[in-house]
Formats: sequence, C-alpha cells, structure tokens
Amino acid sequence: MKDNDYADARIVQPVAPAGSGYVRRGDALPRIDGRAKVTGQARYSAEYLESDTAHAVVVSSTIARGRIKALQLEEAKAVPGVLDILWHGHRPRMRKLDLFYKDMTSPAGSPFKPLADADIVYSGQPVALVLAESFEAARYAASLVRVDYEETPHQTNLLSQLLRQRDPAKFKAGFSMPPKPKGDADGAFAAAPVKVEAEYYAGPEHHNPMEMHATTVLRAPDGHLTVYDKSQGSQNVRMVLSHVFGLSKKKLTVRNPFVGGAFGSGLRPQYNAILAVMAALHLQRSVQLVLTRQQMFTFGHRPETWQRVKLAAERDGTLRSIIHEAVGETSRLEDYVEVVVNWSGQLYRCDTLRLEYQVVDLDHYTPCDMRAPGAAHGLHALEVAMDELSYALEMDPLALRLQNYAERDAAKDLPYSSKELRACYTQGAERFGWARRTPQPRSMREGNELIGWGMATGQWDALQMFGRARAVLHADGRLLVESAASDIGTGTYTVMAQIAASTLGLPLENVTFRLGDSTLPLAPIEGGSSHVATIGSAVEGVCEKLQKKLWTLARRMPDSGFARMPFSDVEFVEGTIRRRGDPASAVSLVGVIAASGYAGVEDSYLLLPNKLRQRKYVCAVHSAVFCEVRVDEELGTVRVTRLVSAVAAGRIINSLAARSQVMGGMVWGISQALHEETHCDHGLGRFMNHNYAEYHVPVNADIHEIEAIFVEEDDRVVSRLGAKGVGEIGIVGVAAAVSNAIYHATGRRIRSTPMTPEKVMAPGEGWLAGDSAIGINGERGSYRAQRDL
Amino acid sequence: MNPFAYSKPQDVQAALAQVAGEEGAARFIAGGTNLLDLMKENVMRPARLVDINRLALDAIEATPQGGLKLGALARNAHTAYHPLVRERYPLLSSAILAGASPQIRNMASNGGNLLQRTRCYYFYDTGTPCNKREPGSGCSAMGALARQHAILGASEHCIATHPSDMCVALAALDATVHVASPRGERSIPFAEFHRLPEDRPEVDTTLAADELILAITLPPAGGLRAHSVYLKLRERLSYAFALVSVAAALDVGADGVVRAARIALGGVAHKPWRDLRAEALLVGRRCEEDAFLAVADALLQGATPQGAGLGSNAFKIPLARRAIVRALRQAAQGTVTNLGGRDEGGVDAGLRRNDTVGGVTA
Repeated sequence: MKDNDYADARIVQPVAPAGSGYVRRGDALPRIDGRAKVTGQARYSAEYLESDTAHAVVVSSTIARGRIKALQLEEAKAVPGVLDILWHGHRPRMRKLDLFYKDMTSPAGSPFKPLADADIVYSGQPVALVLAESFEAARYAASLVRVDYEETPHQTNLLSQLLRQRDPAKFKAGFSMPPKPKGDADGAFAAAPVKVEAEYYAGPEHHNPMEMHATTVLRAPDGHLTVYDKSQGSQNVRMVLSHVFGLSKKKLTVRNPFVGGAFGSGLRPQYNAILAVMAALHLQRSVQLVLTRQQMFTFGHRPETWQRVKLAAERDGTLRSIIHEAVGETSRLEDYVEVVVNWSGQLYRCDTLRLEYQVVDLDHYTPCDMRAPGAAHGLHALEVAMDELSYALEMDPLALRLQNYAERDAAKDLPYSSKELRACYTQGAERFGWARRTPQPRSMREGNELIGWGMATGQWDALQMFGRARAVLHADGRLLVESAASDIGTGTYTVMAQIAASTLGLPLENVTFRLGDSTLPLAPIEGGSSHVATIGSAVEGVCEKLQKKLWTLARRMPDSGFARMPFSDVEFVEGTIRRRGDPASAVSLVGVIAASGYAGVEDSYLLLPNKLRQRKYVCAVHSAVFCEVRVDEELGTVRVTRLVSAVAAGRIINSLAARSQVMGGMVWGISQALHEETHCDHGLGRFMNHNYAEYHVPVNADIHEIEAIFVEEDDRVVSRLGAKGVGEIGIVGVAAAVSNAIYHATGRRIRSTPMTPEKVMAPGEGWLAGDSAIGINGERGSYRAQRDL
Repeated sequence: MNPFAYSKPQDVQAALAQVAGEEGAARFIAGGTNLLDLMKENVMRPARLVDINRLALDAIEATPQGGLKLGALARNAHTAYHPLVRERYPLLSSAILAGASPQIRNMASNGGNLLQRTRCYYFYDTGTPCNKREPGSGCSAMGALARQHAILGASEHCIATHPSDMCVALAALDATVHVASPRGERSIPFAEFHRLPEDRPEVDTTLAADELILAITLPPAGGLRAHSVYLKLRERLSYAFALVSVAAALDVGADGVVRAARIALGGVAHKPWRDLRAEALLVGRRCEEDAFLAVADALLQGATPQGAGLGSNAFKIPLARRAIVRALRQAAQGTVTNLGGRDEGGVDAGLRRNDTVGGVTA
C-alpha cells in the first residue's frame, strides 16, 4: 500500500495503548480513540486550518418561498479583508442536472443545489457566500448583505395540509413501501368485539450533533483538493463533489477521520461541502466553511408525522385487524421517505392488515434520516395503540404482546433470521420487576407524584451493505487494516481493531484500523446500524485470508510440523499459529513471515451480502422497553425514574461500546418523549427555536436509572460475524413506553410528542390543552373532521 | 460580529467616563454571558465595550441594618453559595441555582443578571420583525410561537418576558439597585427597575444608558427566611428558562397566622410580577388552601393568553395558578432549598438532584 500523496500529519491515528494485550469478541473494550478525543488531539473537520486558508460564511434566506430580486453587496464588499461574495449570478460553474447531485441515499426528486438560481425554496436557504481573509470579517460582512425578495405564499403546516397527501416515489436506499393489504382489515375491524382507534402526531426534530457541519478544503499547489467534511461517508461526499464540479477522483480526496456525532445529518453531503469546494475553486486557494448552530436547522430533519392506528381484537386479546396510516412531511424538491408503518405488519401475528404511507410536500428543506428513521415515530404510534388496546381488553400490556407474538413476519410470511424478542420481554420484565405492577391507572402515588409503569416493543432492520477491507501484516507483527468506513462516535476504530486482533490472535495494540479517507477501500455510509455487519465482516474476511496465507507460509517452514496440517486444524492464538489446543506446536507469526523472506502478508476482501439467502428471511433487531415515570399532574412535570431495555441484536462484539450506543439511544427516546421538537412559525415558514437553549434535549438532571440488557443471538444470515447492529434500536419504543407509563400513572392518554407540561397537566379551568391543542383527537381541525367536510 | 472598540478601566469613575456621551452606543460588559451571544447574533451592535471586570464591585457584605449588599460584579455562583446569602436569603440562593448552567453561573455577574434580555425566539432572529430589537418593525410572536411569552402586563407592541430567576427572588425580597452615573449615585427600588413594554419595548429597565449598577442591597429578611421557596417549572430540569416560576416567602407567627407574604412570578411578564394587594390577602390569615387560591386568582387577574396552536401559552394561566398555590403550600411548611452538598468557596460544579421541581425541605 502506497502512502497517501496528500497525507496530513495532524490526523491522529487511534491505536490501543501498549499492554492492551489479547482480546476476544464480546470484550468490554474502552474506545481506543477516547484519549485522543478528550485531550483535544482528535481533529474535527473545522480543525485543519492552514495559515492561508480563507473563510466562508453563509448568508441565509429569511423567506420560505419566492425569488431573489436583487442582492445589495456593496456595503459587505467594503469590509476590509473581504475577498469576494458568491451568489447565483456570480460563482464558478457547477453542473445543472439532478443526477450529478445524487448521493448514495438520495430519495427520488431534484436534490437541492446551493446558489444554483434565484429561487427560494425554504427559509434558511443559502443565498450568498461571503469569502474573507478572516472568519470575523466574513461574518461581519455577511451581516451586511441585503437581499430583496419577491415572496410567494408558502405552506409549512403539515396538519393543515393533510388533504394534499399523496403516494411518494419509493426510490430510496433501504426504503420499502408498505406491503399490500392482507385480508379485509376494515371489515375485520368493524366486526371485532374490542377495538381502539386514535391519531398520533410528532413535530419535526433536528439532529443537533455537538460538532457543527463544517468543511475545510485544502488546496495543494497542483490543484488537488483535500476536503475535511463532517460526514458519515467520505466516498459519498467525494462522489457528489466530483460530479457537481466535474473533478476526477485523483483531484479530490475527502476525509472524515473524526466526526462529532451526526445521527443521520451526515449521511447526505450537505450544502456546506458544495459551497466550500465552490469557494476553493473560485479563489484557487484553501477555504473553510463552518455553519453556525442556527444554520444547523437549515437542512435535513426528522419529518413532522401524522399517524392513525386502528387495532381490533377478540376478547382474549387475539388481534383481528391492524390498520396503520401515516403521513410524513417532505419538501417540494424530493420525496423523502422512511419506513413508518411496515413495522405494524411485522411485530404481531394478525390475519388482516392495511398499512398506508403517504407524504405531503411542504416548503421546507428535504427531511433526512435521523436515528431510527420511521421506526422512532411508527413504533411509537403502534405501541401506544397496543397499550390502549390492553386497557380496552383489561389485559396486561405484556401479556397482550405475548398473545400475538409473531414467529413469522405477518406481511411477507417469512421466518426471522433470528428473533429473541420473547427472551427480551422475559429478561426485561424480570429486571424491571414488571410482575409487581398494579394494573389500575392512578394506583401508585408518592407525595405530589403519581407513579406509572409502562412498556413497549422496539424493532429495527438488521442491514448489511457491501464494502471492502484491505490488510497487511508486517514483518514486525503489526497489522494495518483499512477501509473508507466512518466512526461517527460509535466506536468503529475500536470494534474493527478488536475484530482484526481477535481473528489473528494479535495483541490489540498491534492493530491499526484506518478509516475516514475516500482513497481507502470501498465502504458504504455509516448508517442504518449496518457498519459492524458490513465493514466488520469485511475485516474478519480479510483477516481470515491472511490466516490462510500465514498457514501456507508456515507449511513451507522446515520442521514446523504444519506441513501436513489442514487449515481446519490450526488456530491463531497469542501472536502464534498452532495446532488447535496444542501450545507446544506454536510458531510466532513474526517468525513465519521472517522465514518466508517476505516483508509481510497482504490481502483484501470484498464483502457482498448474500442476498439470495437473506431474502428468505426477515432480518431484524428487537427490544423490549420497560419504564417508570413519576408525574406531578398538577404541574405537568414528568420524571423518567427507571428505564430498562432488553435488546436482541445478534452477537455483541464490544459489550461496552454496544451498551453505550443503546443507552444513548434510550436517552434520546426520553428526549423524543418529553423534550424534543423544532417549532416552526408557519406565518414565516421558519424554524424558530434554532439553538441549544431553546431546542430542548435532556440534561443530566432529567436522566435517572437506565439499563441496557443484551439477549445474545448468533445470526449468520445477517453477517458472518453473527452480529447485527445496535445503532438505532436503543431509541425505538422508548417514547411509547414513557407515554404508556404516563397513562398508567395518570389515566390520561397523550398521543403526541413531546409530552410537555401543558399536555401532561391534569385538565381543569377550561383551557384547551393536551393533544387537542395541536388538532389531533380533538374537535379542532382534526384530520378526520377535515376529510368529512 | 460588528467591529467594536474595547477598553478595560480600573475604577468606576473611569468606566463612567468611557461610556458617557456615547448615547447608548457603548455598553458595559462583565460576564458577557448574554451580551456576547447577542452580538454574535447581530441583535446588539455596541460600538464600544467597556469591560468592568477590574472594578472593585465584587464584595458581598452585611449591611449595618442587618441586610446584605451584593456587589454588582459578584458572580452568580459565588452569590448563591455565599454563607450570608445562604443563611439570610435561602430564597435568593435557590433562585440563582435554578437558572442557567454551572458554567454560566460561574461567569455571570449580579449586575448583568438584572440586565439580561428576553429569550423571545424572534428577538434573537434578525430574519424576523421584532419591536424590541427594531422598534416599529412589528411583533412576530403575537399570535404565533409564544410559549415563553407574557400572560400579564403585555402591550400591543411586545409580549416578551424577562428571563431571570434571580430577579424574581430579588423582587420578592424588596431589593434595591444602587447605580452611578456622571450625575452621581441613586437608588432604584427593585419594583421600579424593570419596566413593562408599553409603547417602548426596546427599553427593558429604568437604568439610563450611562448608568452603571454598583450593588444590590437587601433589607433584613426577618421571619421570611424560615418560610421561602423558589418553584420553577420548565421543559427540562436544568438549563431551560421558566415557563412559570414563583418566589414565595411567608412570615408566619407562632400562632400560625401570616404576618407578611411576598410572592413574585417569573416567566409571565416583561418584569418579575408582584401584586402587593394580592399579598395583603394573606396577611392575618392561616396557611390554608382557599387563602392561597384567593392570592393566586388575585395575582393572575387580567391574565391573557398569547400565541396560537402549538405556540399558545394559554396553559400558563392555570399552570401559574397551581404553581402559586404549590409554592405557598411548600413555604408554609418551611424553607425549600436546592443547595445540596457542596464545599463552600470554589466554583459552581453543578447540582443534580437539587434541580428538581420540589427540592429538599431544609
């Protein structure tokens, strides 16, 4: 492997500290990049400034729809240090066709093209880019740019636009439309003795990673551009930038060695990447562009979603009908789609099903995937509805789920590749003490607080994509493994090193895993909880190829005893190759390479999912979530005092990293339940709580006991490692469990998130509050009322 | 951020001189925890910053009358944990610790806390009209996103609220603000320090542009310190501004009869909200639920909801009513603090369990 021509010594390569020693799959290894991160050695995309780097600051539109009539730039240009101001009439050439802007996860439609023309399609859209010698000058000048607009009426309110719902174009990686109806769900609903029907609503949410989206473009004297971009896939960004500006792969390297959280916001290249490269090409010099926290609310977000669920059952709890309809927000540019309702056809056994998913286009930027896209909302509605049904049946909520437990996917009639959900229910319930639950709402109280217990189920797909890993074991016993993977804070560096070290029996500190560079072997974006099953399998695959090479070399060694030994009889333990279970036969790997005369052994492995086999199954991860809340119903406050999630997600490679992932997701579930929502002013068509003070996520004081339990599976259909993925599952089901616990505490059902004080407060004194204030399940402006008109 | 001049005078006279004659274009800066944000957002554009951190205004000392004098430059954290504040004005400690985050409390000065600006979304977003930011441009919050906005004392020009927690306690404690200008020194009763928006929402206080806050004094707390509570309701348990907050203090005689009552509300108006007539309703009465309800209804007389749909703040009227009753109920039982265990002296390392709604009864 040759050195990268545009290497940057400032990039820290995480390697486990000396003495880490031999490791196994499943070990709770701390992050090998942890020290670099907490000591500030790990650089993020805005930390590659050079002395001559110019600064770019985006000017954002203040209207939601219309056209730019004119830009007044004189005052801004007069600021000392300003180099130029780019806008749609003054910028380097960029391609026009949609196809050049498509990335690995684009939905159908026409991707947003920054500074392409005078059209304004959402509030906060970049309308100009100020370039200056210093960040301060650029920011000041940006405040002086005046834009004259011709406004056109806009529409940003999903609930008022539900009648415009339509079928979406279905083309997006990882998306599948709802299955066809099964049986007569509406007839079965009408005929069944016990039924529930309700509407659910969730407002938009923004990802808000700690690290703002930023791009630093370093221009080499030969014109080559090295782009440090906050991204979940360096090769995805390179593809789009290459296409948009007509730059060959050789002229463009994209890197993301460290990413300060992304949660989906870095799956697609954002406008900062295109604008920074545009500026570098225009100025013929290095440029940095960092979005402000406010501008973090000017691109993709979790879509506002309306849902209706109808469930019907026999008196013994047997489900007879599942009807789940969802309408999600998209933009006028693209059909963002996510799987919201399909889970309702998978999780429970039921003869009749009708699942529908539609979209309404609004004057917002296109929504994008955000942790457990679709499932976070879709399973919230289904699992709250199941809870409602349990009370209608006077049946324990867990017993109702077990009564309808699906051994096969109900919609596709396929078996699961593995499904330990039943054990999740059992172990989670045991850990939580569910058996001691008093069934009646309002049956537990302490001081001013009512106490409630609720539970819910979670599900996410077990995805595997394709990717390549390359490895070389050097003569000194050091192993280098490479792939253009990403580590968005999830632990990729650590887990891949752990897989490689355990496969070859090397000490962890001998293994270097390089990622985050578009010149490395092919890797997908880090999304959908697929990186371990994909890159991890490729790493194991390439290490097994090295094993075979080492075995071949060992067989050639005189007197080694391996000459006639089949590969199946050898093992790689503690830096040696040896006959299985026979320490006396061990020969060091360093010795094998030395004897061979080679400088090392090298290979690469392309992981292609076995689609033929995988499509015979439904591949999924599951969770059972149990929750205790304490509700001061007089004041509307909720504390989530205990939360247990039992997760079945295949083999766990690193139990510490996996637990952290799931716990992070659980915290986010509390956030979804109680805190998080982007408030849009529909008059202005603009998101308004665009900062950390007003966009609420939980603080330490909001989080109490949280426990993640793993119910291990070994799923060789999903991946050769037996692993699935744990990125998304932690959040799924949590909001429903919180909502169900609030019902158990108070006897009042809240069907929209977040469940803020005005919804939780006990009613009284005749004010409009709760869900009816936003127009669902109430007289006012409900979807049903509209359609009946 | 706009270019600005910067100076760091050594004493009060020099500081006053550097601001004099600038006609509002110069601002004093202490902790900078609000002003710097506002400058970054282009909401405030001072041409000159006069850094007063070298001024000797950070003392906290007892007054001869048995009260306390809080230097304008004493930090919020230092004030909240000061032994004299904790002992004599637990209400003030609680209120300060209910606000912001440990990091911000370590930087924020007492004088600056009084001068913090509203957290109205629109005030912070220069892409929208706002009468407080740009007089005459209109109020965007009216009929829109107004969860944080006023239910009392709003005008047709502005429905913003004052965001401070500390000020709510200072209002309840009848503090006095001592200020200096080239014209000399004067004292402003706390109730007159902040103003209602009326037709000049751009003006938050009665402090003149060239006046500097020197100190805040508190009269002796007397019996009030044994029965006080700061109850803050918000959308998460720390680092969120109040939807509604209540500072309540009672002087209850041995016979169980209320001798004096102080109630100030936060999050509901352009200034900490007090109503002396409402407080008088409690005097001479026992600590009973119907008395508390009568006070709450009197305090909230004329309350008007703002905003629409998701942004409606109509819920704040019943929420405030319940919060007032809860706070009085708690105060009747004793003093509630959120101090928890912490070594005296150092910086504010943050609190966990004490950021709860009820706190612990001391």
